[in-house]
Parts: sequence; structure tokens; C-alpha cells
Amino acid sequence: MSEPTRSAPTPARLSSRSDRVFEVLILLLASIIVLVFLTSIYQLGKDSWPALQHFGLSFFTQRTWNPVAGTFGAASMIAGTLVTSLAALVISVPLAVASALFVAEYAPKWLANPVGYLIELLAAVPSVVYGLWALFVIAPILGRWQITFFNPEFPDRLALYTKCAGLWAENKTTLQCFFVPSSGAGRGLALAIIILTVMILPYTASVARDVIRLVPADQREAMYALGATKWEVISRAILPYARAGILGGVILALGRALGETLAVAMVIGDSQDVLRSIWGNASTMASVIANQFGDARETLHRSSVVTLGLTLFFLSVAVNYVARLIIARLTPRGIQ
Amino acid sequence: MGGLILLATLVVVAPLILIFLYLLREGIGAMNVAFFTKVPAPEGETGGGLLNAILGSVEMLLMASVIGVLVGVAGGIFLSEYPRHRLMPTIRMLSDVLAGIPAIVMGLVAYGLIVLKFGFSGFAGALALGFLMIPIVVRTSEEVLKLVPISIREAGLALGLPKWLVTLRIVLPAAAGGIITGIMLALARVAGEAAPLLFTAFGNPNVNLDPSKPMSALPLEIYRGATSAYDENQRLAKAGALLLITLIFVTSLLARRFSRRR
Repeated sequence: MSEPTRSAPTPARLSSRSDRVFEVLILLLASIIVLVFLTSIYQLGKDSWPALQHFGLSFFTQRTWNPVAGTFGAASMIAGTLVTSLAALVISVPLAVASALFVAEYAPKWLANPVGYLIELLAAVPSVVYGLWALFVIAPILGRWQITFFNPEFPDRLALYTKCAGLWAENKTTLQCFFVPSSGAGRGLALAIIILTVMILPYTASVARDVIRLVPADQREAMYALGATKWEVISRAILPYARAGILGGVILALGRALGETLAVAMVIGDSQDVLRSIWGNASTMASVIANQFGDARETLHRSSVVTLGLTLFFLSVAVNYVARLIIARLTPRGIQ
Repeated sequence: MGGLILLATLVVVAPLILIFLYLLREGIGAMNVAFFTKVPAPEGETGGGLLNAILGSVEMLLMASVIGVLVGVAGGIFLSEYPRHRLMPTIRMLSDVLAGIPAIVMGLVAYGLIVLKFGFSGFAGALALGFLMIPIVVRTSEEVLKLVPISIREAGLALGLPKWLVTLRIVLPAAAGGIITGIMLALARVAGEAAPLLFTAFGNPNVNLDPSKPMSALPLEIYRGATSAYDENQRLAKAGALLLITLIFVTSLLARRFSRRR
């Protein structure tokens, strides 16, 4: 017990040297994360350079994507990506928040846990399995529903279809025609939106559940003490408090939706004439990469596909960054 | 309002149950001995299984784990044990950013890194999957390492142990359960990825254990089969999906059990 600090200088110095070695080793391994990031940018940048050089910024505004003619513009895929993702987001947010409220506020404990499990398992289902299910189960249902639209008992519907088909052929549409079924295949924009909705639900739901659970109990109790109903407590005390966290979860889900590939590639129909009908075929940036990269022989085609990947890369980085920022900045202390 | 909320929850959970029941009904019949011991029959013929895909998946996941676990756990240790290091914010941010990068983009990266020079290979597929594992392992291991009480570290240091020994022999074992959970979740996550394998591992109709050659994987065969016009391929795809989804569910549930007991 005598002179505890000065008695052992040698081991201290030894350990500081070995500590240094360990620190450098850990740092080197952790730096691989930086390396992966930089390598990704370099690789994608290098491979997309020919297309960017050839088309410049018009790559992002051009609508023609024609491998045979060697013209590549990504406007319709960018539109396809944004439309499918945002539509899926709009549908999924209320459902996700409701299920989060159910798990966190309504359900008894014996039910809340298994339901929470199930929602997390939903996030674990692989994209390709969602695609398979959508293709074999949902597409035929949508297809049958579309075919009943063309029921000969309603000649005015056929007339409407004929009118819309004429518009579509000229690359035009109207609001009414946008919702008129275009085929009986079931595949297309609508199915992609449905399957994306299901796929991003668990991300928003689990973030929302976590932030709702962390709303301080006295906040609820104070409202109840004032005689508030359950719904008043939720809408006035819980949701406003958890708002920022939920928004962060929504944006994280948006990031997922933007990059979701195979399920969408399997059901969206892979066509570049976009957005004339919600039932029509379309494509997203990710679906084009999946469907075309393997067959892209010419440098310009290949490079154009990689440029889609680069765009997706920066889009996801930006979206995720914003999501983290919102979660970090706006969430009250203690809920981060 | 309560009724609406219950209804919405049912809508959220329904797809999971519907998918599982559908795959069970359609796929269980194909889960025979041949499914586990044979490779897919030539197009248009019946019989055959997914041995090539099962072995390919196992092999690529093992290789991916080397990258994912080594870099991921090291990253977690760095973020939790060296919080004042000046590179900490950068590595934390980039690991978050990597988590959001679409899997197919990682496939493009692995293509440029390996396939362009050496051709399609299991290595290229494993590299893409390993990159995808890193951020998941970093995040979970950082979180559990931070849960290890400071007092335990201080006790080790007070005994005269150097910091690296405290980290390796005391902190890491204390957090091992949580770290293993994170690794299992990361594996479950990338085991289902087909997109980055499309043009890296590429797929192989035969059993191939040589990682420098094209290799098949379960999600790849599911994709091929589901988009194929042949009934037999579709049947194999459904059985493959049932196998994959069961493995993923069991892994996820085990991981959660494992982490909750701690």
C-alpha cells in the first residue's frame, strides 16, 4: 500500500507501448470503413465517367434510354424511383405509426411483444422473396381486378380505355387516364408501390415504436390526471413529443425505398415509358441496374447504368444524412 | 380510434403471415431429399434441387463474415473505447452512411473492384456481402460495448492491466453476447441479398466450391426461378424461399432471445 503510484513505472511504460500498438491496429481495421466508402465513390465515379462525359447533365434530364441507338437519359427512371418511393412512403407512414401506437400504447404486454417481433421479422424478409410473392400472389389479383374493368357490360369504360390508350400512345395522359387500367398483367407501377409499402413499413414502425416508448411516463400521466382520453393523450402528449424521431424513421424508410431493388425489378415491368398510368409498366434506377447491367456490353451502356448507381449512392447518402441529422437534432434529450 | 389502430396493425402484420403460409403451402412439397442433394435440373426437366445454391450461400457467407466481423467489431471497439480520437466522428458518420447504401450499388462496386479484373467469382460476391455486413456489426457492437460499465474497465486498469488487455479480456467478453447477436442479425440480413450477387457471384448451375469461380446462392436461385417460365424452376424457387425465410426467421429470433437473456 506504500507509494502506490510511483512503485511501478516500468509496467506502465510497457503497457503504454502495447496500448499504442493495439490502438493503431484497431484504428487500421476501423479505417477500412473509410476505405470502403472512398473506394465506392472512386469505383462508381470512374466507371460512370464515360457516360457523364458523353451526356453531361443532360443524362439526368433526357427521357430516352435506348441501348440500340446509344442514347441514355435517366429522367424516366429517376421519376420512377421518386414516384414509387414517395407513394409507398405516403401509404406506409399512417399504417406504421398506427402499428407502433398499438405495440407501445394499446396492446397488453402478452400481445405487444409478439406483434413487435412480427414487425421486425417483416424487415428480415429478403427483397427477392417479397418479389416472388408479389409476382405469384398479388399480380394475379390485380390482373383480375383490371380485367373486370374491361367488362363488356360497361361500354363507357371501354370507350374511356380507348380514349386513354390513344393518349398514352402519344406519351400523354390526363388525371383520369392515370388511374385507368392499362393491361390485365397486374404488374407495373401500382404493384411496385404496394410491395414497396410493405417492405418499408417495418423500418418506420420500429423507429416510431422506439421513440413512442421513450416518451416520459409523467407526460402521459399528467394528461390522464387532467381527465384526458387515451386518444387525446396520444395526439397531444405522445405524438408531438415523438414527432422528430418518427420523421427520422420515415426518412430512413425513404432511403430504403429508393434503393430497393429486386422486388421492384421483378414486378415493375421494366419499361422506360413512365407515368402515363399507375397500372402501366415503369422502371426505377435500381431496377434498371438489376435488369440491364448484366447484359450491358457497350462501354456507354455499362457506364450509363453505373451512373444510375452513382446517383443512387449520393441520393441514399444524402437521405440518410438528413435522417440522422433530424433524429440527432430534433429529438428531445433522452430519446436519441 | 383503437379499432382503427388495431386494423392498421393487422394490415401491417398480414403480409408476413400470408407470405409464410403461401411459401409453406407451395414449397414444402419440394423440400425432399433431392432438394438438398441435387442441383437444378436442366430447363424443362423435372427433379433436381438447390444443393449448389445452399453450398454457395454458406461459403460466401463464411467469407463475408471474415470481412464483416473483423472490420465491424474493430469499428465498434474503436467507436466505444476511443471516443475522443479525432477520427471518431468521421468513422461513425461513414459507418452510418454505409448502412444506407443500396445493396445493388455495393454489387456495382464489387464488380468494378474484382469482376472487371478477375471475372465473376464467389470472392466478388462475398466482398459485396462483407461490405454490407460492416455497418450492422459496427452499430450493434458499439452499442453493447458502451453498455459495459465503466467501473469494470476501471477495475481492470486499477489492477495494472494495460488498456488493450482490459479491452480484449474484460470488456469484449462482457459484451460478447450482444456482439454475436449483431453478427447473427447481419448474417441474416445479407443472407437474403440477391441484388449484389447478380453480377458478382453471378450464379452457377453446378456445385462449385472454388471461390475464384462463379458461384450460386439461395437468393440468386430464388430470383432466377421466380422469373423463369418453367414450373419446375418456380417450384424450386418457392421451396428455396421457404428454406431461406425459415433460416432467417430462426436466426433473427435466436439472436433476439440471446440478447434479451443478457
